[in-house]
Amino acid sequence: MLSILLAIFLPFLAALLIILSSTYQFRHHIGWAVLIVPILLFIYFMRRLFDVADGETFYTTTNWIPSFSIHLSTYLDGLSLLFSLLITGIGTLVILYSIYYMTKDEQLKHFYVYLLLFMGSMLGVVLSDHVIVLYVFWELTSISSFLLIAFWYQRKGSRYGAQKSLIITVFGGFSMFIGFLMLHYVTGTFSIREMLLQADVIKNHDLFIPIILLLLLGAFTKSVQFPFHIWLPDAMEAPTPISAYLHSATMVKAGIYLVARFTPIFGGDMLWFWLVASAGMVTLFWAAFNAIRQTDLKALLAYSTVSQLGLIMSLFGVGSLAYHPDIQLSTVLLTQATFAALFHLVNHSTFKGALFMIVGIIDFQIGTRDLRRLSGLIYFMPISFTIALIGSFSMAGLPPFNGFLSKEMFFTAMLKLTQFDIFSVQAVINLFPVVAWIASVFTFIYSMTLVFETFLGEKKGKVTDETREPPFGMLISPIILASLVIIIFIFPNTLANYVLKPAVGSVYPFVDTNELGKIEHWHGFTAEFWMTVGIIVVGTILFLYRNQFKKAFLFFPYELSIDNVYNHALAYSEKLAKKMTNLYMTGYLRHYFSYIFLFIIIVIGGAFFALHIPFSIGENDQAISTFQWIIAVMIAVTAVTVPMVGSRLSAVLLTGFIGYLMAMNFVLFRAPDLALTQLIVETVSTSLFLLAFYFLPKWDIERAPFKWRNLLIAVSVGFVFTVIALAVNNNRLFESISSYYEKADELAGAKNIVNTILGDFRAFDTMLEAIVLFIAGIGIYALTKYKKAKGAGNVED
Amino acid sequence: METLIIIVIGVLITSATYLLLSDQILHIILGSGVLTHAVHLLLMAMGGFKGASEPIIGHEQTTYVDALPQALILTSIVINFAITAFFLVLAYHIYQSSNTTDLRNLRGYRHE
Repeated sequence: MLSILLAIFLPFLAALLIILSSTYQFRHHIGWAVLIVPILLFIYFMRRLFDVADGETFYTTTNWIPSFSIHLSTYLDGLSLLFSLLITGIGTLVILYSIYYMTKDEQLKHFYVYLLLFMGSMLGVVLSDHVIVLYVFWELTSISSFLLIAFWYQRKGSRYGAQKSLIITVFGGFSMFIGFLMLHYVTGTFSIREMLLQADVIKNHDLFIPIILLLLLGAFTKSVQFPFHIWLPDAMEAPTPISAYLHSATMVKAGIYLVARFTPIFGGDMLWFWLVASAGMVTLFWAAFNAIRQTDLKALLAYSTVSQLGLIMSLFGVGSLAYHPDIQLSTVLLTQATFAALFHLVNHSTFKGALFMIVGIIDFQIGTRDLRRLSGLIYFMPISFTIALIGSFSMAGLPPFNGFLSKEMFFTAMLKLTQFDIFSVQAVINLFPVVAWIASVFTFIYSMTLVFETFLGEKKGKVTDETREPPFGMLISPIILASLVIIIFIFPNTLANYVLKPAVGSVYPFVDTNELGKIEHWHGFTAEFWMTVGIIVVGTILFLYRNQFKKAFLFFPYELSIDNVYNHALAYSEKLAKKMTNLYMTGYLRHYFSYIFLFIIIVIGGAFFALHIPFSIGENDQAISTFQWIIAVMIAVTAVTVPMVGSRLSAVLLTGFIGYLMAMNFVLFRAPDLALTQLIVETVSTSLFLLAFYFLPKWDIERAPFKWRNLLIAVSVGFVFTVIALAVNNNRLFESISSYYEKADELAGAKNIVNTILGDFRAFDTMLEAIVLFIAGIGIYALTKYKKAKGAGNVED
Repeated sequence: METLIIIVIGVLITSATYLLLSDQILHIILGSGVLTHAVHLLLMAMGGFKGASEPIIGHEQTTYVDALPQALILTSIVINFAITAFFLVLAYHIYQSSNTTDLRNLRGYRHE
């Protein structure tokens, strides 16, 4: 079963092919070639459908970094399959749509490489069993999302949106990573399946609460739960196929996948329930409310996506209670909630995908997606109108569309929740159905706004008589999605039996999924029914009086928004970072040197004294000849004089003098080659110095001022080195390896050991040394030839 | 002899450090040269001064001084030469383009 791994990497391979063909000019739109990838994958996953529906699971593992016990393990069960089908199915439709949406003058290769990168990593997220691998893919989706949002990077808004999404999702992803590491610490395994088996161990561990918080931070940032939802509206700067794919159908559902995947561990815990359910509820409500005020169609859809994800999230919160020990008997009532969540997840992908594509078409054909400049489109674009109508009505939860079914199930779950008396604050729980209902009224209003304000009324704004339907190819994908909206409504149980119930089964391995029952179209005159009727009545009234209603938004000015907080925090952190950096990046070379020297003094010297390393002076020393004494004293005296002399000439000459003394030293050390080389090099360098001396100006201050602080640093550094050298000298831990080189005659046939080392034993090093010389030569040549470009001094910033 | 050489190393390093902390480019270049000498001596001292004969294999049986530090130093001398030459040209270039060799005047743009 290596093929699952291959399925994950197929998009990456395809992306690589595109990169390798970067110079090749395609005669046709490159999207046609890319389209093959999701189709193949979709077929591949469809073939697994029946096996998985029978309860089979597929596990594979391949070593990646075995020394860290990191394996590429994949696990395909109902839940993964549901997401894989969404990723590849919607992916196919989106790529087909993008072939018409993205014209050939765009950077198509970049676009499809990013898109394939995303597809592969998203498959990796939902198919990985190894948390570290999952994390890697998770961050890869963030990165590909970043690249795609910034696809039109010339626009300021694109860059802002891309940065925002990356900051927020990577922050969450990193928290999740820490959570994973804690889980590994607690369970001793990286495998999700093995972690699920140890749910009790995790529950009783001290780290239980931090793990919950960290994992949910990852899930909430990715799945745009309040207050992290702010990045999604700005992500709408991406090309519309991307918004439809990443930012509504797949990537933003990764957080939901994570919650679903870990429900068997955390389900039943009240903290988990409260966090997931209430985050979902608040998100549902707040985003639906804010969607109404949007005038940009894509922004409206973005808020609507946030709101719908909140709905799904809250259902998973309710569903997690099935693991609560006190309600094992009525479990099925709660597993229904998860069932509804997964059902709505699929439905949302269909109707929201269709709506995004229609908005993209409007933008593509008319050049605006501003509600205020669109009206009366129905006369020119009847097919688009029909699709938009189907999508909107489904989103509003009206029959005969699939949104109606899942919305009813959502109400059922919320109503049933109030019947359990396991909550410490029952009043809040009683609020859930109320909030759900109000949010649904808002949903109704913005759904109607979307379709009626755009398509009905007199033509105005940018709508002219020349407005036409787009090329038919562009309509194929939304038509398929809209048909699915209706088909799922008519045959919900086919979808349920083959896709949804196996997925529910992977969230609740102990539940017989047949108990879930069928999805019914008609329940009788139940509370849910009257809630829907209420939504239509109240929603219609509010929609008709929406201009009055919108005054409510005056109470929520920008200053109070989370966006404002984010922008301020970003600006402030930039300012703070600049301040901190300026604190030590002063621009003085002297300061930078000081940091290095202080490090030597404090860390190396400090460690030396803290460890009490023994050293002694003068033991086992070789005898000192008189000549040696003279040279040593002369070197020391000259060295002290160099910084003190007034004129540059004396300083240069004194340094040269040290060099010649060194050469004599080498003679005494019985190093004839060194002495020779030193003599030559010193002569040439001194002449170079004198040459430079001729060109360089007089010192600004002829006598450099004496500085106590510098002297203190210098003496300390010298002292540290002296002490360390003494200690090393008296503590030789092992024999010198030089005896090996003394066999130079036998090994290399040469008498001069030093030369043999350079030219034979370590010839490679010598070659690199020659390269250093060469590079320095190039640098010198370039600097002498370099002329300042005209006007270079006038460049601003 | 080792102790004496090590003390000389200490003095050289002190002098080099003081030179490096200067604001004059020429001082810094000189400092790097002095520092190189110190490092060469340090390598020598670490190799020890035992051994009777220079590392050239002759006919009579004898002990040789440690050849490895010598090979390292030989490499270092040459590289130091290259670096010094580069530094000098750089200093010349800085003077040509900025009309100063005082590092305090070479702090880049204020508004960075």
